Amino acid sequence: MFDRYTTDSFYDEMFEADGSLRGQCGDLFERFSQFEPEEFEARRNACDAHFLKQGVTFNVYHDNRGSERIFPFDPVPRVIPANEWEHLEAGLSQRIIALNLFLHDVYHEQQILKDGVIPRYYVEQAKHYRPEFRGVDVPKDIYIHICGSDLIRGDDGTYYVLEDNGRCPSGASYLLENRNALKRAFPALFDSMGVRSVDSYPRELRDMLEFISPHREGDAVCVLLTPGCYNSAYFEHCYLAREMGIEIVEGNDLVVIDDFVYMRTTKGLVRVDVIYRRIDDDFIDPTVFRKDSVLGVPGIMRAYRAGNVALANAVGTGVADDKATYYFVPKMIEYYLGQEPILPNVPTYLAHEDSDRKYILDHLPELVVKSANESGGYGMLMGPTASREEIAKFRDKIIDDPRNFIAQPVVSLSRCPTWCDGSFEGRHVDLRPYIVYGNQVKIVPGGLTRVALNKGSLVVNSSQGGGSKDTWVLKD
Amino acid sequence: MLSRVANSLYWMVRYIERADNLARLIEVNEQLVLDLGKIDRETLAALWRPVIASTGDEELFDEAHPDGQQSEAIHFLTVDRENPNSIASCVALARENARMVRDQLAEALWEELNGLYLFVNSDEGAWKLANDAAGYYEQIRRATHSFHGIAAATTLRGEAWDFMDLGRHLERADKTTRFLDITTFLERRIDEFGLTVDEHWLAILRSCGGLGAFRMKYRAKFKPRNIAEFLILSSDFPRSVRFCVDRVDQSLHAISGTPRGGFSDDAEIKSGQLLSALAYASIDDVLDGGLHVYLDSLQTRLNDIGEEIFRTYVLLPEQIEDRPPIPANTVSAVVRWQMEQQQQ
Repeated sequence: MFDRYTTDSFYDEMFEADGSLRGQCGDLFERFSQFEPEEFEARRNACDAHFLKQGVTFNVYHDNRGSERIFPFDPVPRVIPANEWEHLEAGLSQRIIALNLFLHDVYHEQQILKDGVIPRYYVEQAKHYRPEFRGVDVPKDIYIHICGSDLIRGDDGTYYVLEDNGRCPSGASYLLENRNALKRAFPALFDSMGVRSVDSYPRELRDMLEFISPHREGDAVCVLLTPGCYNSAYFEHCYLAREMGIEIVEGNDLVVIDDFVYMRTTKGLVRVDVIYRRIDDDFIDPTVFRKDSVLGVPGIMRAYRAGNVALANAVGTGVADDKATYYFVPKMIEYYLGQEPILPNVPTYLAHEDSDRKYILDHLPELVVKSANESGGYGMLMGPTASREEIAKFRDKIIDDPRNFIAQPVVSLSRCPTWCDGSFEGRHVDLRPYIVYGNQVKIVPGGLTRVALNKGSLVVNSSQGGGSKDTWVLKD
Repeated sequence: MLSRVANSLYWMVRYIERADNLARLIEVNEQLVLDLGKIDRETLAALWRPVIASTGDEELFDEAHPDGQQSEAIHFLTVDRENPNSIASCVALARENARMVRDQLAEALWEELNGLYLFVNSDEGAWKLANDAAGYYEQIRRATHSFHGIAAATTLRGEAWDFMDLGRHLERADKTTRFLDITTFLERRIDEFGLTVDEHWLAILRSCGGLGAFRMKYRAKFKPRNIAEFLILSSDFPRSVRFCVDRVDQSLHAISGTPRGGFSDDAEIKSGQLLSALAYASIDDVLDGGLHVYLDSLQTRLNDIGEEIFRTYVLLPEQIEDRPPIPANTVSAVVRWQMEQQQQ
């Protein structure tokens, strides 16, 4: 099964550069080598059938019929040894703590701007900065409660942070469901390899929500606010609500009276203390943000300002995951914590800085250019594979609005063996761990490994031909 | 329980019940047609009219199929997604409602319904419908029964259960009256079809799944009068109108916490009135003014109960009267676009 496998000089998650096996993958290699291709294919199909039967799907937009698909799943797990995971945990914790201190600062004293560590311009011009929330205190001073930071590994195996998703990070349900699927497919491996469980995620999420409740400690009414059943992540919203044992609500289910939020039940109105919202700032309150929003709850921002309801994540966190802000995160870590960053950023150029911009414009065919506030693989230029027209188009866009663009060298993401048409081949992967910040920082040992299923592709987003894998963090 | 959730659970079960009833009705009618031996196309088409009439979608059918043949009728009733009451549409709507409240459902319950949806929309389903129609409808019925069984075995006996029970029995009562009303239509043309009175009344009984139970109770005295009495007034046959209304009344009181016999809202008043009318009626009362007229009035009263339930539990307090919930199948492009907002 691995006879023809080559690493092609990429960093490989299972094999060393000389083709020998990485220690943590021994049992996995043994077991997978024993399969006949047909048998392995059958197990994979069983996983797919299981997902379909359970309706573990995401909605595909602009497709009238059959608008749900299963997220392509690859049954070869990615294995992370214990020491590597400890390093990631430390780095991610450091990062979320710094990001939260930064958010508190920019919505209060703005000391970091006064000290010139981050030019004021970048914060104030950030699309998701909410100046109207300056001076508003949020429960326990936490802004990003759930963070999905994307990590990649370069040629030498170094982990880099690619971006911090601190608004409505999604995908945790796939992490949990992928694990269920693999437990069914290869039960024996879990014992022999000592894979750490990911089951704690919903409980930790729920504990965090309870922790930030402004009242009724230990007995808070928590809800999950969804944009509705047509959202691509609607499956996840239902899944998490059920796992946490809380209600999933739409905007219309909530009503604000005298600055308190209530949900409409068959027995009348019930007061709500904490909202895990999976709806963007823009839509959450038509009386404050987008006037045409039919998804939000009129008056909810008043209740929030009054301290009567907690929101996870807080309003205005988007300023922290603006890609220009990303550039400054290592500086934040030094500034607020007095520590060296444990996990480096990918080298980044800011198009707004004259010298950087000149470099970017001169080297477009070698760079990845990203707009500051897009996600899902949209608004991106992959220099090496782009056509001349695309490059010219991005050049104009950058000159027009330099604040909105950053550029990075192409990092040749690490690869992981992946089941492709009857044999294993290397495919590029990234990793999204989920960090929950409540009473303390909790990181579920695992994460969503996204894989670019198309040969040679570096784009792992589900909207762009990506799939996912289970991630196995091993016990010591 | 959230009002929207109550509403979704109620409709989820109503649609399942509707699909089940329709599957049985089509299957029985197909068998009935087979018994008639060789008949011409027009008669064949005419034999499907009452079935389509009973679903209330005659106009829609005539528009789409001015020359409505048997195959078109079956297609329209079974898989046509343009027909909001076809089996495929009912299953899709039930699933859509279930999807909206998935967090409230036992995993097995969702899987059963999702499995039914996948079957109806699969090549396997299409093949089966074309080559083994009886098997196809049987599979639909089995899946809906299995759905009710899983629900009964896994749902906490609380509000969720009561709203589901409410939907099930209101729909069931309504369908029983509609199936009975088919006789009104058939009787007018009975000679034309070469049917005997017994045959078509038996078909109605079979459509309601009541053949066995009827035999036990009436010892095979298949007189129209007995069958009507059994399907409308019997207190112990689970698909009779009276039985269903009794369950509706029981569920309503369980939800509000008001003892039975009394009332705390308009839904309870209406169900209580209908229940006592049925409890104290005799089959002579029913037939005196004509069966069709009686069935018509039953349908109106059942609809009224449904509307009162919506007013009482879904529209609820005065603050929200100006913000009615958005029904899932009528969302505008704008709402849809907003719902599709980015997730990271």
